[in-house]
Amino acid sequence: MKDFINKVLERASGKNVDYADVRVVDRESEAIVVKNGNIEAISSSKDQGFGIRVLLNGAWGFASSSKLEQKELEKTVDLAISIAQASGLVKKETVILSPTEVIKDTHKTKFSKDPFKIPLNDKIKLLLEADRITRKHKEIKVALGSLNFFKETKTFASTEGSYIEQERIESGGAIVSTAVRGNDVQVRSYPANFGGDFATRGYEFIEALKLVENADRVAKEACMLLDAKPCPSKTTDVILGGSQLALQVHESIGHAIELDRVLGTEASYAGTSFLTLGKLNKLQYGSEIVNVFADATIEGGLGSFGYDDEGVKSQRTPIIKNGLFVGFLTSRETASKLNQKSNGTMRADGWNRIPLIRMININLEPGEGTLEEIIADTKEGIYMDTNRSWSIDNKRLNFQFGTEIAWEIKNGKLGAVLKNPTYTGITPEFWNSCDAIANKDYWHVWGIPNCGKGQPGQAAHVGHGTAPARFKNVRVGIAQC
Amino acid sequence: MLGKEKTFDILNKVLNYSKADQTEVLLITEDSHLTRFANSYIHQNVSEKNASLSVRVIINKKIGSASTNLLNEESIRGVVDKAISIAKLQKENPQFKSLPSQKDIPEAKTFFQGTAECSPKKRADDVKVVIDTADSHKLSAFGAYSNGVVELAIANSLGVQAYTPFTDIFMNIIMMKSNGASGYANFTSRDIEGLKVKEIADEAIQKCIQNSNPVDIKPGEYEAILEEHAVSDFMLFLGYLGFGALSVQEGRSFMCNNFGKKIMGDNITIWDDGLNLQTFTAPFDFEGVPKQKVTFIEKGIAKNIVYDSYTAGKEGKESTGHALPAPNIEGPIPMNLFMKSGNATKEEMIKNTKRGILVTRFHYTNVVEPMKAIITGMTRDGTFLIEDGKIKSAVKNLRFTESILKALSGVSMIASKTKLASEGTIYDKRFATGSVVPAIKVDKFNFTGVTEF
Repeated sequence: MKDFINKVLERASGKNVDYADVRVVDRESEAIVVKNGNIEAISSSKDQGFGIRVLLNGAWGFASSSKLEQKELEKTVDLAISIAQASGLVKKETVILSPTEVIKDTHKTKFSKDPFKIPLNDKIKLLLEADRITRKHKEIKVALGSLNFFKETKTFASTEGSYIEQERIESGGAIVSTAVRGNDVQVRSYPANFGGDFATRGYEFIEALKLVENADRVAKEACMLLDAKPCPSKTTDVILGGSQLALQVHESIGHAIELDRVLGTEASYAGTSFLTLGKLNKLQYGSEIVNVFADATIEGGLGSFGYDDEGVKSQRTPIIKNGLFVGFLTSRETASKLNQKSNGTMRADGWNRIPLIRMININLEPGEGTLEEIIADTKEGIYMDTNRSWSIDNKRLNFQFGTEIAWEIKNGKLGAVLKNPTYTGITPEFWNSCDAIANKDYWHVWGIPNCGKGQPGQAAHVGHGTAPARFKNVRVGIAQC
Repeated sequence: MLGKEKTFDILNKVLNYSKADQTEVLLITEDSHLTRFANSYIHQNVSEKNASLSVRVIINKKIGSASTNLLNEESIRGVVDKAISIAKLQKENPQFKSLPSQKDIPEAKTFFQGTAECSPKKRADDVKVVIDTADSHKLSAFGAYSNGVVELAIANSLGVQAYTPFTDIFMNIIMMKSNGASGYANFTSRDIEGLKVKEIADEAIQKCIQNSNPVDIKPGEYEAILEEHAVSDFMLFLGYLGFGALSVQEGRSFMCNNFGKKIMGDNITIWDDGLNLQTFTAPFDFEGVPKQKVTFIEKGIAKNIVYDSYTAGKEGKESTGHALPAPNIEGPIPMNLFMKSGNATKEEMIKNTKRGILVTRFHYTNVVEPMKAIITGMTRDGTFLIEDGKIKSAVKNLRFTESILKALSGVSMIASKTKLASEGTIYDKRFATGSVVPAIKVDKFNFTGVTEF
């Protein structure tokens, strides 16, 4: 491998590039889906290739190929250079990379049980048992369980002299109950929707999820929702459970703080941001209890790693301090515009994609008190959890979320279950209305494996540490049409 | 490109090597290029050459799948062995009937040399035209310009041998003023021949110039003129939520209990037709089954849905040619949707609007209640207030939360012209999909929120 990589960089250097880096990536994944007593799918995939990024006269070019062969190496390097030459025809300014340390290192995910060495039968048995318990409830029309495992080995090297080898393991799982009566369809997922919860951990993470132990409760809740009254339309206090709050952080903080969006380079697809360079250290993003860090160093976080795809070491960076907006997510190119160093968030979805600024683990720090105390302190409100739908404008201001389930809160106590809950708001108003966050005992880093961005599309694996929190005067019950 | 001969060499190696009861092999190659520009310069410029080989085997109704992107002998055998070892661990799936058998595949023009040959230099030259046009109006240009070649080939042990090369190209442009006001236009096709770069740039510029000094309006029910990209979003959600057999079989489609009943207005007819040349023509699906034309809504009445071989087998029917790549738990989905055109122009729609909103396109739409087909989303890149038959001003972007079924039950005017609307590719793999739709005027459309720009 080292020889192949050296040849790539030598060929690029021979063409007088300002800078080049190469990533050779090998990925393996396994997915198991059980549905209504049948093993709906067991799939296994392998994917390998290399991508080279060159900076020539201050303009970028990138080319990639799945063939790790000498001839292909030459063709791919030459293509990357001809692409950079074309970029140079429509150049406005010269790309400058902020300095970074030259690294020679290896990094591996820490785990106890390699999920790829656990017999498939054990994984199937687990899902079938959860499925059996779920289908005891007659109104459950679809019982679904899934497990996903992912392994990646990646070598990064640059013309600056860095050479980094990393190995990453991820595990994730979920159960989903869909109850149907007439034209009413209600869904409950555990531990979260859209594939559940994920972490850079081994099979021990799946065991700790206790999917079987939760199957009956989840199915019961789905059936219960069929008889629930709809979420009313009003303005009230809302407590968001941890997994829903993770998506709230994701959409209304995580994407907004990506400096490439702020600078306009994602405008043609996902959009820009309401944040500007002038709002740094000035905007009161949230209330004083809102503290957010971008942290790729947390053991087990889905957005954790050793080095990003520019070879920058993982870091913990303050984003919001006591409500004040203090930091963007940056790359070497964008950080140079702020006279800063990159805070290490450039990641690519495989060998065939360029690195982009991506969320790592964007964490809302825990507060004080228990969830029960927050509920007891709420005279009237709604407790919502588990995302069902999400939507936000292209500057990350106006959002609307739907959750799977909600409970009325009256005089400090949880009451009736509510179906089809929705809420909406404007990002800074919403975060400034946050008046309570549960303590560290309720804090968990939720793994989201499908954060979309870029053209061609890239899915990033990111994490969000959250504990349930309360927001004042939120508009709820939007879909009553 | 591998070419037909080499492709079938690989597919037949898999079929010859596999000892399963039934074997299916899917090979997709991709040669893809994309130039992105923002703030009037090229900031990303990328190329990818990839291939993916997927094998599905069936042993006593036990199904196993595996895939790889390595095409050497060892990997080919390895992927078959892996699929077989997975199948052996499976339970029998009594609902599985069979892989599809061989059927004649219709001829379809899916490859255009000019699209395949569009070079980085050609893309840069075209982007320069866009940027020069923006400069002349003191605007900034943002967008993406991409071309690619995809080969899709499927063979199975029952005799299916399907191959076709595809090309596609797209150019999306957003013109922006320094205050952030924006306008959008795009072009997409299998054939680069129809791409008129300056015209697309001018269209985005006109939208952007119109989209000045947006005013606040209160959320509420308004008349709405939805341009093609907005209508295309409706179509995608209808296809995803309700037009596939699996969603009906599982009781989670808005079509359930409604077949033969009226669920939209008399003037609404929606169908899927992969062989039509107006769309991203595709002669067969990911199981190698020829595409059939399927009508979902005829004069407002719920009619049919699409099938793959698995969902068709459950009902003793034939696949309609709408399978996704295996393994797939989403079921069949239509990818070439059409809405019947009417006889109006957009100008007539505006003239016939007392007080309403014109929407260029939606952003980040998502499902709120699937059985009512209620979705929510924002407007983007050109939203205008119409009063007394004229565009009065730009308005700040609005959130809508509305049932597509309700909206399409109250359409009073439909444009005579249709457009292929698409974002170009689906996630991860390059495979162009889109809807051919007219602009429509909806009498009552529920805008539920407003943003700050």
